Amino acid sequence: MSDSAQYARRTHHFFDADAGPVVRPYAMTRGRTSSATRHRLDLIALVVPEDAADDPGRDQLLSPEHVEIVERCGDTPQSIAELAATLDLPVGVVRVLVGDLVEDALVHVTRPVPPAELPDVSILREVINGLRAL
Amino acid sequence: MVFGRSSRRTPPVEPVTLKILVAGGFGVGKTTLVGAVSEIRPLRTEETLSEAGRPVDDTEGVEQKTTTTVAMDFGRITLREDLVLYLFGTPGQDRFWFLWDELAQGALGAVVLADTRRLEDCFGAIDYFERRAIPFAVAVNCFEGAGRFPAERVRAALDLDSEVPLLMCDARQRESAKEVLVAVVEHALARADRRREHATT
Repeated sequence: MSDSAQYARRTHHFFDADAGPVVRPYAMTRGRTSSATRHRLDLIALVVPEDAADDPGRDQLLSPEHVEIVERCGDTPQSIAELAATLDLPVGVVRVLVGDLVEDALVHVTRPVPPAELPDVSILREVINGLRAL
Repeated sequence: MVFGRSSRRTPPVEPVTLKILVAGGFGVGKTTLVGAVSEIRPLRTEETLSEAGRPVDDTEGVEQKTTTTVAMDFGRITLREDLVLYLFGTPGQDRFWFLWDELAQGALGAVVLADTRRLEDCFGAIDYFERRAIPFAVAVNCFEGAGRFPAERVRAALDLDSEVPLLMCDARQRESAKEVLVAVVEHALARADRRREHATT
């Protein structure tokens, strides 16, 4: 089984990013695993900055991750899933951080259509047309 | 860096966001299908299978596959400025079923990818969507070297309802992946129309 020996050797060497984060993910949330916001943030909920986020002085009260979230959402609102991907953070951590920003009224979060109301026929037609036009 | 955000542009549009799930067995091509149509490189949380994972992850018939998606991968398609579709690949192994409920919440539909060499791998996904009345389409990913079967035989083997779309696809091809997604949404639309008729009559 030379294959599996090679396999084992390969998986035992971790360098750089492969070795995992230097700071444990939930250290950024100061150990919190849930946020104070009432509703759970959906993976496709979009984070939209409020005008208050433009105040430059705000940055000093926020962690670098908070600031980065606000900045990334400035031009195009980003979903929770996208933020987790681009910041390379677990979704749970991003939920807590976005929850902080919602509490501080620096961002608001769009609410995806509740399951019971889906599917809206006109939206489905638009999706089909949009896909065909890709 | 205080000057970055001080020139405020017009408030960004707040698009409607929708999601479609891509489910199916381990190694069936979910990530490939998402990547074929997504405008962003799919977020991947793939980890090389460890020795410890071997007894659990059966790679028989897909020996070439050395990594598996253990969390989820997703892609984005901006259909219009105000309409964005996200595709989420569901975790391939049964031990990650607990992640499905969150993903399925509010999904407009699902794709179940099937491999004719390991058809039984997608039974779980089909069962899951049937029970929750989530509209889905079955797409047979036509692997090279896998036997080709007529759609009716696959349909019979899966014991699918006649209304469930079943199509052959190549998950690597953008056009093919698009066709699969259109089939899912059309199915969801047909079902919504029927429900509406029931409501008015």
